[in-house]
Amino acid sequence: MSAHGDPGEPHAAGSIRLFTIVWVWLVAITAIEVFLGYETQHFSPTFMLSLLIVLSIVKAILIVSYFMHLKYEKLSLTLLLIPSTVFCLCMILIFFFPDSLRLLQFRTH
Amino acid sequence: MHETKDDAAISTPWGGGHSPFAINSKKFGMWLFLVSDTLTFAALLLAYSYLRLANPDWPRPFEFNPGIINATIMTVILLGSSLTMVMAVAAAHANERAKAVRYILLTAGGGILFDILHIREWFHLFSEGYGFGASPQGVPLFGSAFFGITGMHMAHVTIGIIYMFIIAAGYGRGKFDADDVEVSGLYWHFVDLVWMFVFPMIYLMSIKL
Repeated sequence: MSAHGDPGEPHAAGSIRLFTIVWVWLVAITAIEVFLGYETQHFSPTFMLSLLIVLSIVKAILIVSYFMHLKYEKLSLTLLLIPSTVFCLCMILIFFFPDSLRLLQFRTH
Repeated sequence: MHETKDDAAISTPWGGGHSPFAINSKKFGMWLFLVSDTLTFAALLLAYSYLRLANPDWPRPFEFNPGIINATIMTVILLGSSLTMVMAVAAAHANERAKAVRYILLTAGGGILFDILHIREWFHLFSEGYGFGASPQGVPLFGSAFFGITGMHMAHVTIGIIYMFIIAAGYGRGKFDADDVEVSGLYWHFVDLVWMFVFPMIYLMSIKL
């Protein structure tokens, strides 16, 4: 606690109860994902992949904001870290999607 | 002391004030490392996806039972170790040293369990003929991609376990403070977060495309 003087600063926020609720949500989302993996025949692979990625992003947001405490830090830290990461990921995806979608058209089976 | 207009300017987050993010430098350093590590794993996972699309005969060795069940157990163990890490950080900030050390060791225990299950799965795949650059039905790239990504993640978990032991020993003896425990927690949660993408993209998407 040495670096933060003021009482009632970030660390006061977020109780054990809240973290446990977040954890239960994470496990529940994992269960939904596994169920999707079990029921593969009912969904198209594209739909399933999109759903899995969206659910995983939700889990990532829960982990980063509660477990990694970013929700309780100064907004300036979030603004520094998140947009820059998302920008870099988009720069990868700009090349990933055209190339991989073209690959699908070359498929013979 | 009167606060002049200039003082107010440099105390704003973007004004280059004394501590613009209101966190210590160790924590900030860890965050920057985690951002760069995010991109490493993103590149690996997208490379895996690309290779998978490029090879119609991509091997799919993960049957629901035992492959996905095993990976699900691993996921829950890793999530559980994240919860004990949160408890450890909370105990450390409440100045309950012994309790915090217990939770840190519990977290490391979760990591060890994860590693054991993962290595067991690896050896199972080795016995089926998979290996680094080898795969029984052709497409040896599967072996390289799969063992590359999961090996990279396992290396992170293993480093995390060592990190936890160092923090537990140092914090128990009063060499480290609660902020050091929190920084190690950031690393641990990140390793957990990466697995939340490895699990669906490699195990659950082990279906016919």
